[in-house]
Amino acid sequence: MDASEESRNQFREIHGLNDPLFVQFLSYMADLVRLDFGDSIRRSEPAIDVVLRGFAWTLQLAVITMSLVVVFAIILGSLAAFHVGGVFDRLATFFSLIGSSAPDFWIAIVAIVIFSVNLGWFPTSGTGTVWHWVMPISVLFIRPFGLILQIVRGSMITALGSAYVKTARAKGVGNRPIIFVHALRNALLPVITVIGDQAAALLNGAVVIESIFGFPGIGKLMINSILQRDFTVVMAAIMVTALAIFLMNLVIDILYSILDPESGIDPWHRLTFRLPTFPPHPIPWFRPCGCSGPINSPLSR
Amino acid sequence: MLWADKFAFVSVIFLLLILFCAVFGPMLLEDVATKQNLRGRNAPPFDFSKNWVYWLGGDALGRPLLARIVVASQNTIFVAAGAVFFSLAIGTALGLIAGYTTRTWSQVIMRLADIIMSFPSLLLAVIVLFMLESSVFNLVVVLAITRIPVYLRTARAETLEVRERMFVQAARVMGASTKRIIFRHILPVVFPTLITIATLDFAFVMLAESSLSFLGIGIQPPEITWGLMVAQGRPYLTTAWWLSFWPGLVIILTTLSLNLVSHWMRTALDPAQRWRLENVRKKNG
Repeated sequence: MDASEESRNQFREIHGLNDPLFVQFLSYMADLVRLDFGDSIRRSEPAIDVVLRGFAWTLQLAVITMSLVVVFAIILGSLAAFHVGGVFDRLATFFSLIGSSAPDFWIAIVAIVIFSVNLGWFPTSGTGTVWHWVMPISVLFIRPFGLILQIVRGSMITALGSAYVKTARAKGVGNRPIIFVHALRNALLPVITVIGDQAAALLNGAVVIESIFGFPGIGKLMINSILQRDFTVVMAAIMVTALAIFLMNLVIDILYSILDPESGIDPWHRLTFRLPTFPPHPIPWFRPCGCSGPINSPLSR
Repeated sequence: MLWADKFAFVSVIFLLLILFCAVFGPMLLEDVATKQNLRGRNAPPFDFSKNWVYWLGGDALGRPLLARIVVASQNTIFVAAGAVFFSLAIGTALGLIAGYTTRTWSQVIMRLADIIMSFPSLLLAVIVLFMLESSVFNLVVVLAITRIPVYLRTARAETLEVRERMFVQAARVMGASTKRIIFRHILPVVFPTLITIATLDFAFVMLAESSLSFLGIGIQPPEITWGLMVAQGRPYLTTAWWLSFWPGLVIILTTLSLNLVSHWMRTALDPAQRWRLENVRKKNG
């Protein structure tokens, strides 16, 4: 607030804020090409270091949560599909309703009151021991769990009604192998698609959850940097997040094309720039090889 | 037909109650909700000897929680309704265009949708609200932008399928203009699905707005929303749990009702289209 004119000018000079906007933009882009995101305005260390430190925390949180979600959703979803209207099915409906209607910040707060304040089982915030991870993971777990559960259930019901399951049953295969060996393999494809969307959505949850539980991840970092006007960190964080989501989508596409060759997805389509298709060249033989050119063209002779 | 599904029936009544509060609440209870009463600071709930507005307790300044929840419903509901309305209108229009016109336009529109979808919506809203000012109008705009792709993708997918049907072909042969085909023939078929999704999305937008207000980047005091009330009660968690608990519970009940109604609508509006709706939901996540 009350910085002297001199120090203010000095600060502007250091961070290049006196240059015209266009020059600032160009120099930022030029540095970006060399993977230089500039220095954090508040902490005087490279912004990318700050961001990557936070990103590592969030990545761990997200990977653990997502693995738990997938494992539990597949087990409970399969059981729910096997007895439609049974105990597991009702449990599944309950979870997915809670998942899509409860605000996660509220669940986090209520969990803190019950488990940290009253029962004293888990610490309220920070990191350090295994116990610090329990509550953020459980709260983050709820929403994707409800959604993926529904999708596993839906595609399992389809798979269980198919002919090969009937064949397996006619051969006398037990219930458990039918569910977890025969049907599940085919029911997993839609799940993989949703995991991609949900992993991006998990970052939404991470912003709120990390702020509440004082978890030093990229979500909390971004909120704090925005509130403290640390632009370089915000921009670096956006870049890293976007890149991470892009890479994850690529991995999912590759996985998908391996698991289901019939889907016809070309995993590299995200990386290739599709040029507009030009009309055929007026000279018939002047076409790149591989096209179905006329047989008598000089190229094919 | 609504009576057949008891859960949906109760939900609709609850939603009507909330809507009533949203429209008339501030008019009736504005004075009570903003009047401070320092002797009733953090008054515990279920004290039936007091005035009925204090039955859910009082907040840190002694303002009755029940009245505040009723008043806060206006901002909460109207921000969500505005965002859903704009995203529904724009998304549907763009989706119809992408589905019915040339490949180039379709490609341009779909890539724009991909760009919006590829970034976590809450982070996007946080960044935009930071650059703009956080007012009710900006909040509506930001939330609407992040939800456009949902309707856009659905509308496009449905249009691509409907445009090949016989009645559209017949209309085209008889010389109907593109505008007429889109608005008179395709839109009525696509609309029920979109309305069902909008109901579900209303819950999502409400949660997003609550999260933003909770983080302190959404609605700013003295305006109130349910999310902001939860945030305001947070410092008193250990001594007065009811400050955060009640607004959160109202959020849950409202979103739960919206989910149940949407579930009911899915079967009620068009049983034959149920399978397609489920496919669409899978795609959009």
